[in-house]
Amino acid sequence: MSEPTRTDKYYIPAPSHWPILCCIALFTFFAGIGRWLHELPSGPWVWLCGVALLIVVLFGWFGTVISENLSGVYNEQVGRSFRSGMKLLILSEIVFFAGFFGGYFFIRLWGIPMLGGEVHPITSVMLWPDFTAQWPLLTNPDNGRFLGATNLGSPWGIPLVNTLLLLTSSFTLTFAHRAMAQGHSASVKVGLIITILLGASFLGLQAHEYIDDYERNNVTLNAGIYGSVFYLLTGFHGFHVLVGVIMITTMLGRALKGHFSRPGDHFALEGVAWYWHFVDVVWVLLFVFVYWL
Amino acid sequence: MANGVPAAAGQQSVPRRVISFITRWTTATNHKDIGTLYLCTALLNLFVGGTLALCIRAELFVPGLQFVEPNFFNTLTTMHGLIMLFGFIMPVAVGFANWLIPMMIGAPDMALPRLNNMSFWLLPSATIMLISTLFMDGGAPNFGWTMYAPLSTTYGPPSTDYMIFAVHMLGLSSIMGSINIITTIFTMRAPGMTWMKLPVFVWTWLVTAFLLIGIMPVLAGAVTMMLFDRNFGTSFFDAAGGGDPLLFQHIFWFFGHPEVYVLALPAFGIISQVIPTFSRKPLFGYRTMVAATILIGILSYIVWAHHMFTSGMPYGAQLYFMLATMLIAVPTGMKVFNWITTMFRGSISFETPMLFSIAFVFMFTFAGCTGVMLAVAPADFQYHDSYFVVAHFHYVLVNGLTFAFIAGAYYWYPKFWGRMYNERLGKWHFWLSTISVNVLFFPQHFLGLAGMPRRIPDYALQFVDFNFISSCGAFVFGFSQLIFVYNMITSRRRGEPASDRVWEGAEGLEWTLSSPPPHHSFQTPPKVD
Repeated sequence: MSEPTRTDKYYIPAPSHWPILCCIALFTFFAGIGRWLHELPSGPWVWLCGVALLIVVLFGWFGTVISENLSGVYNEQVGRSFRSGMKLLILSEIVFFAGFFGGYFFIRLWGIPMLGGEVHPITSVMLWPDFTAQWPLLTNPDNGRFLGATNLGSPWGIPLVNTLLLLTSSFTLTFAHRAMAQGHSASVKVGLIITILLGASFLGLQAHEYIDDYERNNVTLNAGIYGSVFYLLTGFHGFHVLVGVIMITTMLGRALKGHFSRPGDHFALEGVAWYWHFVDVVWVLLFVFVYWL
Repeated sequence: MANGVPAAAGQQSVPRRVISFITRWTTATNHKDIGTLYLCTALLNLFVGGTLALCIRAELFVPGLQFVEPNFFNTLTTMHGLIMLFGFIMPVAVGFANWLIPMMIGAPDMALPRLNNMSFWLLPSATIMLISTLFMDGGAPNFGWTMYAPLSTTYGPPSTDYMIFAVHMLGLSSIMGSINIITTIFTMRAPGMTWMKLPVFVWTWLVTAFLLIGIMPVLAGAVTMMLFDRNFGTSFFDAAGGGDPLLFQHIFWFFGHPEVYVLALPAFGIISQVIPTFSRKPLFGYRTMVAATILIGILSYIVWAHHMFTSGMPYGAQLYFMLATMLIAVPTGMKVFNWITTMFRGSISFETPMLFSIAFVFMFTFAGCTGVMLAVAPADFQYHDSYFVVAHFHYVLVNGLTFAFIAGAYYWYPKFWGRMYNERLGKWHFWLSTISVNVLFFPQHFLGLAGMPRRIPDYALQFVDFNFISSCGAFVFGFSQLIFVYNMITSRRRGEPASDRVWEGAEGLEWTLSSPPPHHSFQTPPKVD
């Protein structure tokens, strides 16, 4: 097969087996979850195979890209393409969260008042006449099937601390990014380590809050729409923080190995920083609209 | 081997050749190879989905239950919709994008070739998972391609979970494909290829790709909520827990309506390339064409609830969605006007691609008119969920968009493979398809207006005649497509060698390349003045 092609203007990679392996990994991953959900004994094992293959693919694929970059075959066009790709990926993530926020506001501003008898009072009379609209919704229309939450934590406890942690981490990551642009490799490492610690603390506190909510406040997935949207929004956000922490840790590893030595050659860190700021902004919106108001 | 790939040594043993064949196509990073994969997969899925459609029409040939159980009939309509939409018409558009965009903008390849490969291979993975649901206990999903809750949550068969994962993979595939296409158009244009010189096909795909990035994540979110409602006790779409089944419809149609334009815009792009060629005139109103494309893209985001007029929305909302929907007729009308004006006083010749394009303009305009009828909220109360709706969107998708993609296939076939297709067979294909497709779908308007509901395996006696006619048309249309496949396969070896320019009136960078074009289209960027 053909070798990678490089002209003065373009770099075209050679054929690669990583993408198809990635597809097989995702297929196995989803098939595994499906079997698991349907309580087939093979489910978790199939899923684990998918996860393992996915990890192999991520190492292999990103490893290939990194070594290509280090060998200096990339040019300005590749850099622009990677940056554009990362921006568009973040755009798609924004849309993903926008969809969830849209659902959240629809339920809160339209669905619940409708159930409480606004607009068409007959809805309430025919279905659940005793139901009163409120937010956060603690008493569900059918509280027998979905037992509502008993108590909600204050936004000024762990959520506020978490907000401060993430906002600080945005600054420390920007500090690391700036330091890289100026070539201070020691500051880069310090900045990255602090960012990772802040992100990990966020995840720890979030896990603590979840456990607390489940055990003491009956804020569960089963607790009706409040629990549902709460875990949907904060859960997917938490997952993105986890991915972000893993990505920043990778950057730290690369920085320790002495990558990013050529000036201007730090797209990876730049992309990770954009992603981290995006995750941050989502959290601020979550804090304001889900926890506070 | 074609496309300038070094030919595999003829002396290789059979297993070796099989392995090198598999390696070539699974690890492909070349935009033409991946485009071919997309187009072949789309064609295969066209016949899978078409077979399901013929099963539906066979059951509806006469009243009463003939061949299938009512529940299986529901799975037929669901799988037909999902496979045609995600497995045929989206991939065929992406296939053309892969082949053409780098050639049209003067680039050697797509900007992110490995991502391109992954976008493609996710598609068969997802399709296999989707089709596998047909063989699962409890049957395939049976709630229609719209997957409305609670049919899909409380009452959905167990296989629904696999359908959800298939949709996740399809969404991922589309998002990555779109990222790649936008990036290619942004970063790989040849020097001098300014925005207002881009071929209309590239413009339509740019808007389409942005539409996809704006809707596929929302669909992913919707089916994720469905997954949670089904398996983890949440109540997003269950009013007993404070959720709302209408939430699903809103989110789904926020995806679903722009999706129509995701499918339509690339087809518009193809027509805008074909008609000027065979009219031997430049496209009339290039700037308005671009403006109309962008306008359609924007408007498509804010009209979704016209699919939900009967769901009890407040009157103010119905009025808004009715008027906003009608507004889309304006930019679409601009396009139709431009196509017709391009043909006006041109020296038109009627080769197969042109025939399909003219048929497209007629039938798509007709479909647009029934669309305006459906947009009228009070009238929609009558048409809703009837065969009128079925007739409308099949006129859009089959008589309109599929015809456009077939036009594109004939138009660029000589460029892609270096050989002419058989014109005589092409004409046969055109006339048989055009007549039969109207026999197939036109009577369905009358069925709908007379009150026949969609997604029903049996019907009252007053609907017999039109159903009979419609089913006859369906079988002729279905089997006519075999002529197309035969033509495409045999002309690959036996066709007349094609010249570089192929068509007398063809303009654009892709016609400056050899036929078939070199493996990496433009190694050095061409100069565009």
